[in-house]
Amino acid sequence: MTDGMFGANGTGDTSGYGGLVRKASAAGSSERPYGGYFDDVADDLERAYPDFADAIERVVVDRGEITLHVKREKLVEVALILRDTLKFEMCMGVNGVHYPEQTGRELHAVYPLLSMTKNQRIRLEVSVADADAHIPSLVEVWAGNNWHERETFDMFGIIFDGHPGLTRILMPDDWEGHPQRKDYALGGIAVEYKGATTPPPSERRSYK
Amino acid sequence: MTTFDPYAPSRDTTEGKVFSVTGGDWDALVQDIGATKEERVVVNMGPQHPSTHGVLRLVLELEGETVTEARCGIGYLHTGIEKNMEYRNWTQGTTFVTRMDYLGPLHNETAYCLAIEKLLGITDDVPERASVIRVMMMELNRISSHMVALGTGALELGAMGPMFFAFRDRETVLEIFEMITGLRMNMAYIRPGGVQQDLPEGALSKIRDGVKLMRKNFKDNATLLIGNSIWMKRTQGIGYLDLAGCTTLGITGPVLRSTGMPWDLRKVQPYCGYENYNFDVVTADTCDVYGRFLIRMNELEQSLRIIEQCVDKLEKLEGAPVMVADKKIAWPAQLAMGGDGLGNSLDHIRQIMGTSMESLIHHFKLVTEGFHVPAGQAYVAIESPRGELGASVVSDGGTRPYRVHFREPSFNNLQATAAMSEGGMVADIIGAVASIDPVMGGVDR
Repeated sequence: MTDGMFGANGTGDTSGYGGLVRKASAAGSSERPYGGYFDDVADDLERAYPDFADAIERVVVDRGEITLHVKREKLVEVALILRDTLKFEMCMGVNGVHYPEQTGRELHAVYPLLSMTKNQRIRLEVSVADADAHIPSLVEVWAGNNWHERETFDMFGIIFDGHPGLTRILMPDDWEGHPQRKDYALGGIAVEYKGATTPPPSERRSYK
Repeated sequence: MTTFDPYAPSRDTTEGKVFSVTGGDWDALVQDIGATKEERVVVNMGPQHPSTHGVLRLVLELEGETVTEARCGIGYLHTGIEKNMEYRNWTQGTTFVTRMDYLGPLHNETAYCLAIEKLLGITDDVPERASVIRVMMMELNRISSHMVALGTGALELGAMGPMFFAFRDRETVLEIFEMITGLRMNMAYIRPGGVQQDLPEGALSKIRDGVKLMRKNFKDNATLLIGNSIWMKRTQGIGYLDLAGCTTLGITGPVLRSTGMPWDLRKVQPYCGYENYNFDVVTADTCDVYGRFLIRMNELEQSLRIIEQCVDKLEKLEGAPVMVADKKIAWPAQLAMGGDGLGNSLDHIRQIMGTSMESLIHHFKLVTEGFHVPAGQAYVAIESPRGELGASVVSDGGTRPYRVHFREPSFNNLQATAAMSEGGMVADIIGAVASIDPVMGGVDR
């Protein structure tokens, strides 16, 4: 996307510091103590769920938020324990993130959970391969996830197994492709105004 | 003739041939209808229906006037805002998010900006004056949003008067918005790091007058509706959803508070300094449309209380900054209010064009490229007029969002339509949907 409006073929960096590349990497696994109520959540879950070590791939504490990376086979079990024993009564839905460079785990599904009883928030994250984009549905656990899962399917193509009616929700039923994926172009048309043409946003020079 | 005609069998009589026309399998058909006692009709309501609260399509299965199944069709207003934001820098995103839930633009902007500030790690650096302005603008916005909810809700149930009063009072708020931001809706006023510009001269006195006027005017709708026997019959016991239903469906906002649960993020998980204000969380215990109506009515007064406290604070904070001090994040152009509305700051232009090459470069870089946001993800939830508005923001370290997702309360709460209306009368669906107060711009994004 660097060859766009100004014909820049390199990085498009005009600052003179083109050599300085800041590598964007996701936060790695966190070590205990996590701080705040996060240790309590982890302890309670470990106590209530014997398979903890197997089911939770890693725990990330970043910017005051805790993320539990859960294996997809164990997702429903973990969700039930979190709901019934740890009192995370509400799931604030699910949203997808597409990381094409993470080979073998390109598609992530992120579930923000809320406990009104304890006034706590945690996040579950499940990652699957693009070629095998199946995640068990949590509609049986939190009925409100119904539309959120449909939206995530619509936008990313993640198939939620066991969903009562996994159809497109925002895009038309006969739409091809899943628009929020990174390999799906934004589209758009060039706009001409007073003789100058502005290319569509996805073809303009990209800064990174 | 020996051929048998099933529709008109004939027999020979002394008068000649007699045909008896029976109409084929009508007997069997009539018998079948008698066997199934129900008389089911599937009705499409919307997407262009005056009382579906925007482009919402309801597919209703009716048995007489009783709703046996209600399904929502949404997506008519999908504009790909979340996708578009991945191609614009972080600051430009405010212009997009403000257009999602178009009745609560300032809430959308605040949720988005709080999430960016969390990723940048500058949550505590946002100046106090900016936070107070944000709170004040959000509470004004809550009033204007509740006014539409009440006015259109009443109109959809057949009461026209409340709509006139509600839109009259909403106008008071929109005039204040226009004075402060230049726009009545979709302002993109709240920016990462603070607000776009300081309040113009005379804004606080206008707000004080507006609060006084609104406090007087709000009584009109209360006297018109509370106790009105038609209104009570149309709303009481309608659209029932209890706490268990709300939790499993993830319902927040006035619908959750109508079950008696005092859950308001402004109180339980304060942001923007809400812990420093005196206000009450309004609840009802009826779980019905009437309870939600009362909550919205009473929240108006609580918002007015917060606005008054904001005005007092802002008078003390006169002249304090409204944007973070870090010039690598703060938008460089300080705009000035010209005679014809918004305009450029001549002082700023003189500096970058006339005196400082570095300022020009810095301005150019920040405006075209934007600032970098360290990689990571954040979820920030605020209490919008409709419930928990959550901004899930992912950054890969670049100058543009990697992924932005909004957990829209309208989108989530609309799922309760079936639970609230199945088994009830078709006319009560209108009241149930109106009490959810979905804004389709937010539902579809």
